[in-house]
Amino acid sequence: MKPAPFEYVVPKNLNDCLNFLYQHSETAKILAGGQSLIPTMNFRMAQPEYLIDINNLNELSFIRTDKTGGLQMGALIRHHQVENDPLIAQKAPLLHEVMPWIGHVQIRSRGTIGGSLVHADPAAELPSAMVALNARFKVKSKKKERWIPAEQFFVGLFATALEPGEMLVEIAIPAMPLHSGYSFQEYSRRKGDFALVGVACMLVLDKNKVCEQARLVYMGVGEGPVLAAQACQSLVGKTLTPDLLQQAAKIASQNDLTPPNDMHASSAYRRHLAEVLGHQSLSQSLERAEKSF
Amino acid sequence: MTTSYVGKSVKRLEDARLLTGQALFVDDVHLPNMLEVAFLRSSYAHARIRKVDTSAALKRKGVVAIYTAKDLGEYWQPGPLLVSPPPIKRLTFHARTQVALAKDKVRYVGEPIVAVVAENRYIAEDALNDIVVDFEPLPAVVDLEKALLPNTALIHEDLPSNLAAHVIQEKGNYFSIKDKADVIIKRDLSYDHGAAVAMENRAIVADWNAREQQMTVWDTTQAPIPIMNGLAKMLGLSETQVRVIAPFLGGAFGPKVMMFYSEEMLIPWISKKIGRPVKWIEDRQENFLATTHERGQTHHAEMALSKEGKILGIHDVFLHDTGAYDPYGLTVPINSQCTLLGPYHVPNYYSEFSVIFTNKMIVTPYRGAGRPQGVFVMERLLDLAAKQLHLTPAEIRSRNFILPEQFPYKNEIIYQDFAPLVYDSGNYAPSMEKAIELIDYKKFVEEEQPKLRAEGRSVGIGVVSYVEGTGIGPYEGAKVTVGATGKVSVATGVGTQGQSHFTTFAQIVADVLKVDIHDVTLVTGDTFKMNWGCGTFASRGMVVAGNACYAAAMSVREKILKLASEVLESPIENLELAESKVSVKGMPEKKITLGELAVKANPLRGAVKPGTVPGLEATAYFGPATGATSNGVHAAILEVNPKTLRVDILKYVVVHDCGKIVNPMVVEGQIHGGVAQGIGNAYYEQIVYDKKGQLLTASLMDYLLPTSYDVPRKIITGHVETPSPLNPLGVKGTGEAGTIPTASLFVQALENALDNPKLEIREIPMSPNRLFELMKEAL
Ligand SMILES: Cc1cc2nc3c(=O)[nH]c(=O)nc-3n(C[C@H](O)[C@H](O)[C@H](O)COP(=O)(O)OP(=O)(O)OC[C@H]3O[C@@H](n4cnc5c(N)ncnc54)[C@H](O)[C@@H]3O)c2cc1C
Repeated sequence: MKPAPFEYVVPKNLNDCLNFLYQHSETAKILAGGQSLIPTMNFRMAQPEYLIDINNLNELSFIRTDKTGGLQMGALIRHHQVENDPLIAQKAPLLHEVMPWIGHVQIRSRGTIGGSLVHADPAAELPSAMVALNARFKVKSKKKERWIPAEQFFVGLFATALEPGEMLVEIAIPAMPLHSGYSFQEYSRRKGDFALVGVACMLVLDKNKVCEQARLVYMGVGEGPVLAAQACQSLVGKTLTPDLLQQAAKIASQNDLTPPNDMHASSAYRRHLAEVLGHQSLSQSLERAEKSF
Repeated sequence: MTTSYVGKSVKRLEDARLLTGQALFVDDVHLPNMLEVAFLRSSYAHARIRKVDTSAALKRKGVVAIYTAKDLGEYWQPGPLLVSPPPIKRLTFHARTQVALAKDKVRYVGEPIVAVVAENRYIAEDALNDIVVDFEPLPAVVDLEKALLPNTALIHEDLPSNLAAHVIQEKGNYFSIKDKADVIIKRDLSYDHGAAVAMENRAIVADWNAREQQMTVWDTTQAPIPIMNGLAKMLGLSETQVRVIAPFLGGAFGPKVMMFYSEEMLIPWISKKIGRPVKWIEDRQENFLATTHERGQTHHAEMALSKEGKILGIHDVFLHDTGAYDPYGLTVPINSQCTLLGPYHVPNYYSEFSVIFTNKMIVTPYRGAGRPQGVFVMERLLDLAAKQLHLTPAEIRSRNFILPEQFPYKNEIIYQDFAPLVYDSGNYAPSMEKAIELIDYKKFVEEEQPKLRAEGRSVGIGVVSYVEGTGIGPYEGAKVTVGATGKVSVATGVGTQGQSHFTTFAQIVADVLKVDIHDVTLVTGDTFKMNWGCGTFASRGMVVAGNACYAAAMSVREKILKLASEVLESPIENLELAESKVSVKGMPEKKITLGELAVKANPLRGAVKPGTVPGLEATAYFGPATGATSNGVHAAILEVNPKTLRVDILKYVVVHDCGKIVNPMVVEGQIHGGVAQGIGNAYYEQIVYDKKGQLLTASLMDYLLPTSYDVPRKIITGHVETPSPLNPLGVKGTGEAGTIPTASLFVQALENALDNPKLEIREIPMSPNRLFELMKEAL
């Protein structure tokens, strides 16, 4: 379990980094916290020729708000920073609640938010949370810069919309609407494991308590974050009742998901958990949204 | 003041070294000029090897040598049979042992085919990718139940079938009482594969010194002396030319007593061949692929009872999966067969098993060593009988306990140590009573459980009992020496893997020689310090090596008093040994220290009496006639989330009787670790092979070990002490007590929690996913 030979490169700034990445887009990999990349290299599932260590790029290490009250984070922000930052706890409480579910303290002190999103593990927490939060990602290459909505960023198993030479630099999360509620629920075999099934939920109500927006986004049940579109649809425009939520969770588990079958859980068990957790997360979100009135 | 350490929770003497990083582990051995090895392992469970092409790999810079089976020449031999079958009348056994490198055929995924020796492990692994093996895949034999069907592929083609062994043992006559039974409980029960997964993987460094004609091997083995003897034989050296050191080990749990692993045969041979030190460190993936596994049995069992719940007899026929080879003989299935009987009086017993070759990793003992499977069968049958007879789990067990006056209790059948199974001593009822009290059984069932159920919570209780055969022979030795400083050194041949030998053996010696325990240093597992013995396994370290330490210390004590009697001119009866000196009773100024005596015992000039053996030193051996039988009761309260089926253990109680206790803290440590592994077995851990024999759980992401979050923070322990009459210290082993009954307890409590009469758990492990399926069937 030793990696294949590689060259180790430490760019001084983002420009250098993008230049190098541009030259070696097919053979270079970015090294952030290394919590996913290094194991993959040790298993020789990844064999990059160049490893570009971005840990010194302070330009990617910021947490701030924009004019509209939204959050902006650099890709190199560590999990533990997100977990413990008071601004994030206030502006994106869902994210704050998600963080302790990621691995263990040791992993969270090295792992980065950008690394987790680009790695795009189908059972990881952050991708689903970002989709639920309507986050947008700023990606940059030597040639251009563009914004990609979270929902379009994850395109398959461990696959993202990043093009060769592009890297993720910033994550933007819009301000929480006034009457919104959120919840994160997960089932994993042991504390710190990737989710067997998890779900991130956001509900937005209008001033008459009618559901304006519903985001129920699962992990561990597909090739990436799965937005339970039919379930969400069933809630929008309605005054939410416990029955409606129960029904939505059922729709999600029956219609929106095709959970995988593997040695840890059958598809049927995952579906069952998806309904249980979906219902819990919708109920908690509604409860929280109602508190805002 | 008389020092007395035995029986007290003396703090561990080895911890300072371990916690400050000063303890030596095999991977700490760095020698100049050292090479490293990586193995090309089979990616097929069953295939013929047509051709191996290593030419490209040999050209890679930094590669020093590459070996295939062919390159080994005469050295290529099937490994020795570690344990031959016991003298049982109705027994068939086909020994097929592992080889250093697979030659014509591979029989499990992970079997080594090529060894690459390079300047470092990175290069060695790079070179693995350059090797081309031409395989002809064969059908894989994975399913235990189908392995004996006609037309199944043969794993060992010189045998008529995949049957490795067949054994029948009987006590009384089950068939004679079956018709008289009021109740017959008949079930199929299974226990899947698991692995030990020690924190430290296996490791070997070998250093052939041509000038001294001396081979030194550092090996993560539980049995350094047998490794020394075996290597000497294989390499054509005398035993004194081979030194095996088993330094500190990061856990072992049984798989590290298996021998010879392929790597153990090869690494020393390579060092001798190349003339440079050679290192191989098993990585975590290899640990799953290349270190032995255990469990893996299917039982078809039947219990006959009277209406009072008394066991009349048991009939059990089972299949035992031995994997691709069977170097460890019948130890595991015989342990299952014998331990099934537990602490109960079973007048009639018919037990028949077939050992099956499959295309999986070799099965050898892992903590529990066959016992958990046997206990699972017994305890499940008792649970089911209790339900049918409306008895509590404690009642049905207590009604069947062997009574104190029945000891020594003869079970008639032959045990793993080749002797008829006899329980030396025991008193089972107090363990049960204590456990029931500690778990507060009555209060839980009568007050708490109804309340919890009314709140919609599924909380259940369980109680099981078991015996643990420990302390088997043949023998161990110890050498005790008092030096000129008065300090005492003890050398014993058993290896050490965390059991606290440095403390507990020192407690025994310090008490005999009346010295401060901090003046006792211990060496274990270095064949240059002690070259006779067997190893650490079967919960025998304290019983066998502990008593050898005691015997050697007693001999030294005798020498001390004899010499002191001459020096102090006073008869032995008038002497007093205390605080590292001997004095004449009533005349404290007439005294001599142990250090001064040691100098006198080793004179540099003058004459000694003929027959004098110099030094305050003695070597002694201890070999018990048969094993000592420990016993215990575990009880637990656990909660199941009725929606997600997650299980949380709320309370865990162990009451254990391991005879005389040398160090209660150490016994509790053994129990805690064992329970953690038992919980792993019951709920988290499972070795999974797919239909083609591919190992799906070859990393710690997929093989779920319980973490510190997943085992109870507090395990409540109670002790009962029934000394063993078979050894002077009265001790019994305790290494496996925590693990043996845990899974049986887990499923009993789980059924109790879910309170669904249709739910019946007949398999281990019981993951939430599997429980979900069973709950669906029980709707
Ligand atoms: C034992 C263990 C348990 C874990 N448990 C969980 C868990 O429960 N949930 C969970 O979500 N995760 C878990 N993780 C993974 C952890 O969250 C990682 O931190 C994360 O997946 C990757 O982040 P990283 O910074 O370490 O990225 P790295 O490992 O450095 O990189 C991951 C990938 O992203 C690429 N990359 C990194 N940064 C960028 C960037 N800015 N732009 C473009 N590409 C980039 C790399 O090239 C690489 O391909 C666990 C990890 C371990 C070791």
